Amino acid sequence: MTTHTAPANRSDVSPVVSMDMITKTFPGVTALDRVKLDLYPGQVTALVGENGAGKSTTVKILTGIYQTDGGTIRIDDAPVSFASPNDAAKAGITAIHQETVLFDELSVAENIYIGHAPRTRFGLIDTAAMHAAAAKLLDDIGAPFSSHTQLRDLGIANKHLVAIARALSVDARVVIMDEPTAALSHKEIEELYTLVETLKSQGKAILFISHKFDEIFRIADRFTVFRDGAFVGDGLIADITEDALVTLMVGRSVDQIFPDRAHTPGEEVLKVVGYSHPTEFADITFTLNRGEILGFYGLVGAGRSEFMQSLFGITKPTKGVCRINGEIKIIRSPADAVNNGIVYVPEDRGKQGAVIGLPIFQNITLPSLGRTSSRGFLKLAEEFKLAREYAARLDLRAASLDQDIGNLSGGNQQKVVIAKWLATQPQVIILDEPTKGIDIGSKAAVHKFMAELAAQGLSVIMVSSEIPEVIGMSDRVIVMRDGLIASELSGDELTPETLVRHAAGITTSTEGTAP
Amino acid sequence: MMRHIPVRETILASAILLLIVLIASRFAGFVAPANLANVFNDTAPLIILALGQMVVILTRCIDLSVAANLALTGMAVAMINVAFPGLPIPFILAIAVTLGAMMGAINGVLVWKLNIPPIVVTLGTMTIFRGIIFLISDGKWVNSHEMSPAFTGFPRAAFLGLPVLSWIAIITVVAFGVMMSRTQFGRSIFAVGGNPHAAVYTGINVGRTQFGAFVVSGALAGLTGYLWVARYAVAYVDIAGGFELEVVAACVIGGISIAGGIGSVGGAVLGAIFLGVVKNALPVVNISPFWQLAISGSAILIAVAFNARSGRTKGRIILKSAEVTQ
Repeated sequence: MTTHTAPANRSDVSPVVSMDMITKTFPGVTALDRVKLDLYPGQVTALVGENGAGKSTTVKILTGIYQTDGGTIRIDDAPVSFASPNDAAKAGITAIHQETVLFDELSVAENIYIGHAPRTRFGLIDTAAMHAAAAKLLDDIGAPFSSHTQLRDLGIANKHLVAIARALSVDARVVIMDEPTAALSHKEIEELYTLVETLKSQGKAILFISHKFDEIFRIADRFTVFRDGAFVGDGLIADITEDALVTLMVGRSVDQIFPDRAHTPGEEVLKVVGYSHPTEFADITFTLNRGEILGFYGLVGAGRSEFMQSLFGITKPTKGVCRINGEIKIIRSPADAVNNGIVYVPEDRGKQGAVIGLPIFQNITLPSLGRTSSRGFLKLAEEFKLAREYAARLDLRAASLDQDIGNLSGGNQQKVVIAKWLATQPQVIILDEPTKGIDIGSKAAVHKFMAELAAQGLSVIMVSSEIPEVIGMSDRVIVMRDGLIASELSGDELTPETLVRHAAGITTSTEGTAP
Repeated sequence: MMRHIPVRETILASAILLLIVLIASRFAGFVAPANLANVFNDTAPLIILALGQMVVILTRCIDLSVAANLALTGMAVAMINVAFPGLPIPFILAIAVTLGAMMGAINGVLVWKLNIPPIVVTLGTMTIFRGIIFLISDGKWVNSHEMSPAFTGFPRAAFLGLPVLSWIAIITVVAFGVMMSRTQFGRSIFAVGGNPHAAVYTGINVGRTQFGAFVVSGALAGLTGYLWVARYAVAYVDIAGGFELEVVAACVIGGISIAGGIGSVGGAVLGAIFLGVVKNALPVVNISPFWQLAISGSAILIAVAFNARSGRTKGRIILKSAEVTQ
């Protein structure tokens, strides 16, 4: 079953999967613009790019979740088209996701063979055969648990093993690993590397998506770089340095214009000392001044949003002190945070921001109802007045404030959510990925508005994974990695290269350090 | 919201009118004002309970214990009346509302603090409440001759041409109209059901709001408990058996989304009236009561299908924008 492929010089091997001129557009956004990607048998290809480069879209096209709008996918030089995830699976393409998609209530064997379990003569699932086959697969990959174990009893690393066993059970030729190490411990990552070697030795083509340069240089044979949905370059890992890869990935500054900000820092508004959490972050200490925009940059899973939720009172820190205007404040709930002048505009506005079903004006006034009511009764006229004022400030485009928020575009929904928080007249506003998934016009409006807020004396914390935005908008940037503050950057230190390096843990151009 | 819900309510109101016209064409007496008033009075308990249930369903919960709560409170106040026949009616009312609210609070605490799914909690308390009725009454009935005339007479007393029972339903409807549109609690209920995550970020305590909804539903069940027992002048273990499903049905027909966050006082009231008209009209036009069940059942399915359809067309827009962000 093992087909050992050619050694060091692999340029003579032809790709299993070859994507060429692939284009994918969504209303208003071109996610992929004529990109190419080749995957070779027995080799690991790292797909590298910033957030929004089009990596996830590529995975979704390869696994048949999205259909292309142009370009060709070839398998063994024969053009194919995947109308559904099932087609992709039949072609031997399988994906192991960031959050593994498995069933907690089923056994390991059932998870491995769900959908293609061996059958008895009567068409029933042949449990014995299934467990035997599963046991053999688990043995092959060195899994330390039995096929009868219930999945819910396994940790994340072992769940990954199950996902990999599942990939092997369908005789996959192409295995896609989308940030497989994001939630793993150091030891588990080592085990994963061993497994990747096993898969390579079996001749599988592996697409490896990661933000961590140390692991890319550790296990990948090839790289492909995307930037803003376009192909930038590819080649052999052996032929490139970390620095060169960072430069490829970040490129020159994107042609995006950010508002000019004449910033004179005011007095200290917020001081956070030693905020810690058992698993997500530790020892977060920083200050925020009046009229300042403080950027928080880091990779997905660096603990930025988790820390912000703690600062906002949703989760409790184990340690740490928060001072607002010099006074120690204990924030136990979001209501406490709002009362102390801290508001949080969450990342996923669909899930955490707008109340679909309530009209626009009621969304805007939701946290301010105390001010628009008297003796327990709401005054609709007051509510409308408040909503109109902030809708106008944000240049909200809506036929009527009485309209259901669900009928607004993404950008306008975002404006409603921001208006909602501004109406509480906060001192500190935390914006978590404020422009994620909105069109360029709305992005510019949000940026302009952030600058205005800061100019009016509001202090802004902006959590963002988009490097141009972080650099273009922030006065200072705090880079987080693995739940800790990696560095604080401002002025000339604030370059795309330093941000990527600090976030990925590349100290100098010598060697990647282990966290 | 204020734009599309009246559409649903108008359709439901038209369906009710059509039904009444159809019945009137075969039996003109049905539309006599006195008879319509009777139908309304007969539907009053359903209207009151449907409003309580609406609040619970809007917060993404369900209260299956309302009928058992009603029966237990009814039995309790009946026994109190037997023991202290001189106790004035306002006291009886206060006791009924308090008892009911306490039972609702039990549901609410279990949902809020222990995070047990509401359907499980209320299925459990439903059985427990019925069991308690048996324990306190020894399985015996409290009959009309044991109750004081004031006790049984209150819901039937006429005031401005309508019985007090009808007036209580009308007052409840008005109070709920104000509560849902003009108080922070009402707004929180919509926010919690419409988007619990967003509600948390807004500083609304989702669990406490759900607790409040259960207390409201329980209080109304308690109130109805007294009215029911007094009106029918009898209290026993099984009164209003299965009535909780009729209450949920009224809400669903009235366009209250089982998924929470969408619904209106008008919808719940019309849903209850629709069921009331069906129930009262069919015997009049000589249709077997079995048809009544079939008609109620069909109405539920049609209402749910209608809601799902309108929900879907609305959802599409949201999904598209969500897809881009993926």
